[in-house]
Amino acid sequence: MDIVADPQVETEEKEIDPQKEKEVFSFPDLVSREFLAIILACVVLCIWSLAQNAPLKAIADPNWTENPAKAPWYFVGLQEVLVYFDPWIAGVMIPLLIIFGLMAIPFLDPNPAGVGEYNFRDRKFSVSLFMLGFTLWFVLILFGQFLRGPNWQFYWPWEDWGVQKKAEQQLVNFSTLWGYLSVAVYFIVGLGLPALLKPSFYKQLGLRRHLISWILILLMFAVIVKIFLRIAFHVKYILVTPYFSI
Amino acid sequence: MKADWITRSRLWKSVFRHNLDDTPRNRALTITSNIFLHIHPVKTKIKALDVRFTFCLGGLSLLMFIIEAITGILLMFYYRPVPEYAYTDMKLLEHTVHYGMFLRNMHRWAAHAMVILVMFHMLRVFLTGSYKPPREFNWVVGVILLTSTLLLSFTGYLLPWDQIAFWAITVGSKMAAATPFLGNDGPFKQLLHINEYNDMQYLLLGDNRVWGNALLRFYVLHCVLLPVICIVLIAVHFWRIRKDGGISRPL
Ligand code: HEM
Repeated sequence: MDIVADPQVETEEKEIDPQKEKEVFSFPDLVSREFLAIILACVVLCIWSLAQNAPLKAIADPNWTENPAKAPWYFVGLQEVLVYFDPWIAGVMIPLLIIFGLMAIPFLDPNPAGVGEYNFRDRKFSVSLFMLGFTLWFVLILFGQFLRGPNWQFYWPWEDWGVQKKAEQQLVNFSTLWGYLSVAVYFIVGLGLPALLKPSFYKQLGLRRHLISWILILLMFAVIVKIFLRIAFHVKYILVTPYFSI
Repeated sequence: MKADWITRSRLWKSVFRHNLDDTPRNRALTITSNIFLHIHPVKTKIKALDVRFTFCLGGLSLLMFIIEAITGILLMFYYRPVPEYAYTDMKLLEHTVHYGMFLRNMHRWAAHAMVILVMFHMLRVFLTGSYKPPREFNWVVGVILLTSTLLLSFTGYLLPWDQIAFWAITVGSKMAAATPFLGNDGPFKQLLHINEYNDMQYLLLGDNRVWGNALLRFYVLHCVLLPVICIVLIAVHFWRIRKDGGISRPL
């Protein structure tokens, strides 16, 4: 098969291990490996299915609330975020931002390094950010799955769900002025500072990509900041407007 | 060979167009003359064979999808998507259908495995920089596949019609009601005259609570619409891998 190399990369001089560049017939070298992987995966799945039954509780009853009503595990992270944000943010805006943010990655990352290899050295910034987001997703899942009980209250795994927890301490909001001010400062500093500190990176990105990238990054960090404010200072809303609150 | 007469029969030859001698030509023909194998290139770089590069994550995602399709079709023989029967059918499946419990377990655990595998496939693609030019578009297709995988799992979650299913979807569908502009509990709903009978949640559930219409909608989404979307996208995904020059590797 003809391989059309990216001209940009082609000009780069790089030592190539001739052994690794060598080609072999896909049959049997590739196909046999795939076959092995398929057999192994099927065996694991069969054992798993013999050992553990899929859960089935009592029949659906709208008059008997399941408490807590936990989402399937891969959505429990988002459910956990519901503690810290109103549903339109936690359940709609954050998922949409994650999906479109992920789609945007190839168009925002200007760094041509590290294609086809696990390479952290030349991509420290992007790899760290992605790993942070990926880890955050799973930490939230673990938190929601194992540390939340009835009424989504905090319970250690060894604590008895029958024992009622007292309601969370009185929550506070930022005043309107401080709300607008802190959000404005967060974004102005967040968008401006990287450009000042790393002008070469800003030049490489250009204004449009710089803005989109940093807004997405700042929004991701905003989730972490809001979680911190809630846990440490019992803050419910940072910004209160007549139409919505954040 | 003992079974010579089989491979020399007209019937065999009508299916397999080449003999089985181990020659370079036959190795190539095995790939190109088989519709299932021909998604592979005839030759592969040794580097791309390294399991520690892909960890087989994409391929295993596909395997899980295929297992879901097979077990799912079998489950459809025993399941009726109406509140009167859905739960009973699950019970019957577990207690009276031969291997019914095993079938249900396979479908459930392969679904969980698929979600994990797809997420970690995305991680591997990111860490190997495989989304960079010329593979940007395939990354985008991948993100839609990830979303479809999650939606497949989510819609399937309601079908057992037990308490977990009912309340998880009740909580989940409240999110649709919270959509800005388009949800009855979302900000700015006044602008489009949204009420509880025309908002996003109503579109999803066919009702303003989880009941029969929701069950039917989730069933059709789960068994027809989303699988078809996935099949089309997977076809595009695999075709693009080839067009983008195969699995990425350092140049
Ligand atoms: C149902 C879901 C999916 C299936 C069945 C699937 C399948 C595959 C397969 C079989 C490969 C070949 C290499 C490998 O096995 O790693 C591949 C490569 C690739 N996938 Fe996926 N994939 C899925 C989802 C995704 C997702 C969620 C993303 C990213 C967001 C993605 C992005 C890519 C890219 C960019 C490549 C090319 C990698 C390279 O050149 O090294 N795919 N996919």
